[in-house]
Amino acid sequence: MTQLQLDAEALYAELRHGVRGLLQPDAALVGIWSGGAWLAERLQRDLALPGAHGVISSTLHRDDFAERGLAGGTAATQLPFAIDGRPIVLIDDVLYTGRTIRAVINELYDFGRPASVTLAVLVDRGGRELPIAASFAAARVTLPRNQRLALARDPAGLFTFAVEELA
Amino acid sequence: MARNPQLNSHGELIHLLSIEGLPKAVLTQILDTAGTFLSVNDRDVKKVPLLRGKSVFNLFFENSTRTRTTFEIAAKRLSADVINLDIQRSSTAKGESLLDTIANLSAMHADMFVVRHGESGAPYLIAQHCAPHVHVVNAGDGRHAHPTQGLLDMYTIRHYKRDFSELTVAIVGDIVHSRVARSDIHGLAILGVPEIRAVGPKTLVPGDLAQMGVRVCHDMAEGIRGADVIIMLRLQNERMSGAMLPSAGEFFKCYGLTPDKLALAKPDAIVMHPGPINRGVEIESSVADGRHSVILPQVTFGIAVRMAVMSTIAGNQA
Repeated sequence: MTQLQLDAEALYAELRHGVRGLLQPDAALVGIWSGGAWLAERLQRDLALPGAHGVISSTLHRDDFAERGLAGGTAATQLPFAIDGRPIVLIDDVLYTGRTIRAVINELYDFGRPASVTLAVLVDRGGRELPIAASFAAARVTLPRNQRLALARDPAGLFTFAVEELA
Repeated sequence: MARNPQLNSHGELIHLLSIEGLPKAVLTQILDTAGTFLSVNDRDVKKVPLLRGKSVFNLFFENSTRTRTTFEIAAKRLSADVINLDIQRSSTAKGESLLDTIANLSAMHADMFVVRHGESGAPYLIAQHCAPHVHVVNAGDGRHAHPTQGLLDMYTIRHYKRDFSELTVAIVGDIVHSRVARSDIHGLAILGVPEIRAVGPKTLVPGDLAQMGVRVCHDMAEGIRGADVIIMLRLQNERMSGAMLPSAGEFFKCYGLTPDKLALAKPDAIVMHPGPINRGVEIESSVADGRHSVILPQVTFGIAVRMAVMSTIAGNQA
């Protein structure tokens, strides 16, 4: 089988362009931990947005807690601004089943009532199990269920994608 | 070797019965998780849904308002249904055995028991006999262990001191009756504290502590000199029998924490106490309320630590 090759840096340039188009006045970027948080951090800088970006974790609202427990990590949500009445742009690396997005929207609402929530991702790999869609995806690919797309960030801050085989 | 009854075959925590024998990684994971839960207090909605639909039974065979309340708050912040049983006045008084009580409560679909009992080992007995999906937290058993207090003390120390590897920690007072002291000593040792001191009169400091790597000091000045952390213990009048102490006044004179004695510790030392404090018996008011005191933050951290413990064990299968 041919291995899928994704140029994460080229996709990031697409994402930057796409997110610029989604930004309403007073919008705030919130990256989903961990890959989405890296992307939001860089977008905040590259788009010269004022203030700091937010980071959000799905941990406390996941629907697989009964099976997986807290094993997925304990990164805390950090929203260094009030979200009430603000348009929120969620950023993630890979959109798949939509379950993480569902959890993250619940998490977001524990902090207040945003004006709107939109989603921009680097890669939409299909396979949705919930009625959730991205407003922008830099690429749409199809991957077998036993493969996982993993974003990595090198010390210089550059992104790469790896396709991992799941056991 | 028999498996630690608190861990499943993957080495994951399914009950919290004692800090003794737990791997360092398990303790560190609980402390990290507690840090996440501490921030839940800053939200508009101070509740997360991890234990939604689960029933937590608080079984307090021995009185404790504070510990029971913090467990109740922690369980409610995790969205569990909490049932408090005033067990002293109910079935036990009518002669029901501990295991019959547990069997009856299990038939009411309990998912977790938080147990305080005057007899050491009671939570172990319950953990061994409850259904596989039921989790048990020891909220204090006899003189044996009080692991969530131990963990919240570790959390407090890490919060203020960051690193355990160069600390001197002095535990002062009635150590022989104190399950808190025992849990603290195990926690400190597992997390790598190089100098743990047990300070108090010969009648209240067990002699075998030296075998646990603890330095026993019967002289208060020697015990707290250069300490980074001072953990004061309550003088447990209700557990004392016979003449272990001449008087409370005499104890305060020798071992009560006063500003003068505190001055022997490091300038940035923190003063802890599991509560409830006896002002003028083991600690002077000005110290309890002073700038070194972290007694009230301990209470706040205790809720986050108990949330971490309950969500960790509830997420792991037997």
